This record gives sequence, C-alpha cells and structure tokens, in this order.
Amino acid sequence: MAAKQVSRRRFLTDMARTACGVSLFALGLGLYARRGNALPPEFIRPPGALDEEKFLAACTRCGICVRDCPYGILKLAELGGENPATGTPYFIARTGPCEMCEDIPCIPNCPTGALDHALTDIEKARMGLAVLIDQEACIAFQGLRCEVCFNVCPVRGKAITLEYQPNKRSGRHAMFIPVVHSEYCTGCGLCEKACILEREAIKVLPIRLAKGELGRHYRLGWKEKAKRGGSLVTPDREHRFNLPEGVEYDYSTGRIYMKDKSGKAGSTADPAKPKGGAASILNRGIQEAK
Amino acid sequence: MATPIEELGHDALAKKGWLGAYRWLILRRITQLSILGLFLLGPLAGIWILKGNLSSSLLLDTVPMVEPIVFLQMLAAGAVGITTTTVIGFLIVMVFYALVGGRAYCAWVCPVNIVTDTAHWLRRKLGIRTSAKIPDHARWWMLGFVLVVAAATGSLAWELVNPVSLTHRGIIYGMGAGWAVILGIFAYDLLIARHGWCGHLCPMGALYSAIGSMSAIRMRSDNRAACDDCMECFEVCPEPRILPPALKQGMKQGLPPAVLSSLCTNCGRCADICAKDVFAFGLVLPRERMASPSREGAAKAVDEGTIKQAP
Ligand code: SF4
Ligand code: SF4
Ligand code: SF4
Ligand code: SF4
Repeated sequence: MAAKQVSRRRFLTDMARTACGVSLFALGLGLYARRGNALPPEFIRPPGALDEEKFLAACTRCGICVRDCPYGILKLAELGGENPATGTPYFIARTGPCEMCEDIPCIPNCPTGALDHALTDIEKARMGLAVLIDQEACIAFQGLRCEVCFNVCPVRGKAITLEYQPNKRSGRHAMFIPVVHSEYCTGCGLCEKACILEREAIKVLPIRLAKGELGRHYRLGWKEKAKRGGSLVTPDREHRFNLPEGVEYDYSTGRIYMKDKSGKAGSTADPAKPKGGAASILNRGIQEAK
Repeated sequence: MATPIEELGHDALAKKGWLGAYRWLILRRITQLSILGLFLLGPLAGIWILKGNLSSSLLLDTVPMVEPIVFLQMLAAGAVGITTTTVIGFLIVMVFYALVGGRAYCAWVCPVNIVTDTAHWLRRKLGIRTSAKIPDHARWWMLGFVLVVAAATGSLAWELVNPVSLTHRGIIYGMGAGWAVILGIFAYDLLIARHGWCGHLCPMGALYSAIGSMSAIRMRSDNRAACDDCMECFEVCPEPRILPPALKQGMKQGLPPAVLSSLCTNCGRCADICAKDVFAFGLVLPRERMASPSREGAAKAVDEGTIKQAP
C-alpha cells in the first residue's frame, strides 16, 4: 500500500515536472514563432503565394518551387538573422527578380495550396507592388530621360506609364515621370532590379505597405453622379450669380464677360486683349495668377 | 557476466568479423547517406530522382511524400492549403512506415540519428556516465505541444526549429544558423542526457513510434535461450528499456521472442553486437502478438523498474 502511494506520488511529480518543462518550451516556441513569422518587406514570396498568415500554415518548406524555378531566383530562408520563417521560399527583387514565366513552373508541383494552383496567368500574380519611393533620387524627376523601369516592365505600358509634366527648371522641356498602376503591376521586381541608381528608387513593397485605402464610406460625388446619370440629391439648378445687368460669369475660365448687344457672351471682355472697361478690371487677378 | 565497457563489441568482432559486427550499422549509414544523396543529385548533377526534402518531396516528379508531423501541424494550424496531393503524400508515408514499422525512419532515414549516435559513441569513449533523468513520456508531451503551438500560432511553428528538418533542409538548401541547433543537440546528448534527444524528447520519434507500433517487421530474439547476460545490447540500444521483455525476463513471463515495443527503431545494433546471435530481423504476426499472456503487465513491469534496466 505505502509503496503504491510512493510510486503514484513519484509518477505525479514526474508528470508535473515534464508538463512544466515542456510548456515552458512551448511558450518559448510560440513567442519565437510570433517574431520569426514576420515577413520583412524586402523578402518577396513566389507568385501565387497565399496571404502570409495562411502561407505559414500551408507551406511545408520543401523547396520544390525553388527547384522548379528555371531562373534559380527562389531560396529557402535559413535559420537566424532577419530572415523570414525558417525554410520558407522567397526572392529578393534587387538581386534576383521573378522573370514572370508564362507557364509559372514554380506552382504546379507545390504539394500544398501554399502556392495557389488556380493561378495560371502570371499577369494576375500579385507578389507585391512597385512603388517609385524616392522621387528625390529618381533621375526622371530631374528632367533626365531614363525610363529603364518603364522599358523592362513585362506588363509593358500598363503597369508603368510615363506621364508628361512640365520641367519647371528649364521652363521648356517635359519630364517623363514613371507612374505605377496597381491594377496591372504583378510585383515581379524587374523594374527594381533594372533601376540604374546606386540604390534603387523604385521598390517592390508588400501590398499592405504599398497601398492606401479610402474610407469605406467615402463616395466621390462626380463618379456617383456619372454612375447615376444625374444628381443624387436635388436636381441640378443653374447657379445664379448676383451680377449687374449685362454681365456673365463663366465657370470654366473663372472670368467675367460682358454681354454684347446681341446678348451673346464673351465678345468684348477677353482679358487677353485688354481694352479697358469694368470686365478687364474684374478679371485682372486671374490674369496675374496665370 | 556483464562485459566491461572497454571490451564492448570485442566478442562480436572476434566471432563475426568486422563486416558481421557492423552489418546493420553500415547498411543504415549507407541508406541514410544515399537518401541525402538522391536529394542532392538533382541540384548537383541535374538528375532528378527526389526533389524537395524530408518535409515533403516528389519522387521522379510524380509520387508525393509528406512528413506526418508536418501534415498534423497543418491540420492543427487550420491550413487552407491541404490538397489531394498533400493527403496522398501523407498517406504514402504513413502506410510505408506502418508496414516497415517501428521507428525505422529514425534509424534508417533521419539525419539527426547520425549526430546523436556519434554523441553516444563519444560519450562512451570519454567515459561519461552521468545523465540527467528525463521521464520517458516527455516526448509525448512534446508531440502534444507541437500541435498546440501550431494551433495557437496558426503556423507550422515547430518547423522553425525542428532539428530534423533543419538538418536535412540545411544540407540540401543551406544551413544558416541551423548548425547551432545541431551542435546544441550533440552537446546535450553528449554532456547532459544519455540518448537525451532521440530517446526522450524528439516528437517525430514519438509520432513514428505510434505510426509503426503494429508493424510486423520486428527484431526477433528466437535464440534468447543462448543469451549469456553480457549486457552489450543494452549498451548500444538507443532505447535499452525495451529489451528485457524480449530476453530472459520475457521468456519467464511467456512473452513472444521479439522486441515488441513501438519505441524500437529497427536499427539492428543489438543483432550486430550480440556474439551469441540472439537477435535477427523477422516477422511478428498479430496472432503471436496477441497470444502473449500479459504484454501490458510486462510493459508495466518495465515502467516501474521491476525488470532491471541496463546499468
Ligand atoms: S514565375 Fe518563373 S521566374 Fe518567377 S518565381 Fe516562378 S519560376 Fe521563378
Ligand atoms: S513548393 Fe510549396 S510547400 Fe514547397 S516550399 Fe514552395 S511554397 Fe512551400
Ligand atoms: S514590379 Fe515593376 S516590372 Fe514588375 S510588373 Fe510591377 S512595375 Fe512592372
Ligand atoms: S528520434 Fe527524432 S531525431 Fe532521433 S532519429 Fe528519430 S526522428 Fe530523428
């Protein structure tokens, strides 16, 4: 009887000890997992990768995608440092961007759904979003012709377009500003790789960092109006200005016109050719601001 | 008479020659290294027989294999990504090890086994006999908590540090700080606890012992009457507490002449070291297993220490 009790007590203390030890270990592991599961922004997942949270529950860390990438850009994260979760695949755009293979060979052999097998059109991939993040360094903003990112982009002419802006410094040239469009950018990173600067001005960022979002209750009046084909509240009524007889205000130019004798607006008071008179005096500020 | 530790293996060597005394050990090392080699053949020579790593892989670009502990963690983490391929890969591995059984994975495949075996060998050479006592059920707690942490973090958390995948993946894809973990296991097994990792803590070992527990391929001890109590097998067995029921103790209790414990790794070291040829691999069919009068009683006797363990 006594022996039995002693052995039971020993058994229980043994159990308790193990339970404590192992729970401490589990706690440590859990805390480490929280830290270790954060994906630093310069590490980009292969095309079709699930959202990071789901990806970490699905990827077995086998590296078959790494093997199947013909350009050898994918790597499995090693333990330690600032790396992503141990063993998970990534690429770094500046040193090895995704070449956007048409047949996406990295996906079909993935043994789980970590890389979405439903993705068959590489242009639908969203690995991240390119952002022209340093407008001070990008030489296009200095008025120089570069356009390298525009030219290497595989979604050519759509993911990056060149927008013309006047060059205020020279006063007579245009600047060709690259503008990224999230609707088309796949986040492949070819532009980041190609950027001619010492350190790139255009970078692929995780979409969570790259994108803003309009408050969900926001409505843009002119869009809603266009959708409905007319005002949504009270019907539009022409605004009546309290102007003297024979004088009219033009919305688009912001100028005041004198009606001529025939009742047509705009014939006499064009401030570009000042003839004096009340209208040109009223329009004066506008001309100076131009 | 128990053989003094300095003379361990001398008898077997004298009787069976070098090849005979290390047969299973050599075969195991060849298997372990060949499996690693097959994974490396692709990246190094462009011959793709096995692609991936032990966590999951593709044989000849067609047959998927998925590590059970990875699959269970996926389930616990609520993975959205479990596909037919994942399930098939998991079942293939499960069925294979349920048949070849025991913890054959541990002795014949796992790369950490080489590390812990070496630590154990060095321990003997250096005459380190002290050892922290770790309860045998610790590995089951580990397995449980691996799944709990997976569920709590929603990720395959154990794979961040799992020494088995770190080692195997590290050799094939790049190690990083993984060396520290391997060194840690080595030092722990050498200095702190005898068979400390594989014999007490590793949750994968626990899982494989559950998977292969009913397998028919077993280390048999039909010749156990010839045992002269030299105790050499107890010295080399990674789980020495499982031996008594297969030897004279078991004979007295009418237990089948085989190592039936699911903890057996089917490593064959006992067969190698035994000069009396007590052990040999063989089959244990369910009928024989069930016929044993008090298997549970015997297991309990081992647990409670009434059957003597290795010194
Ligand atoms: S799309 Fe091609 S280049 Fe890009 S990661 Fe996949 S295999 Fe590699
Ligand atoms: S193939 Fe799939 S499971 Fe394997 S490492 Fe790549 S993403 Fe992960
Ligand atoms: S990352 Fe750059 S190159 Fe790739 S699609 Fe987007 S804009 Fe084009
Ligand atoms: S117990 Fe774990 S580490 Fe040891 S051989 Fe088995 S799987 Fe490998």
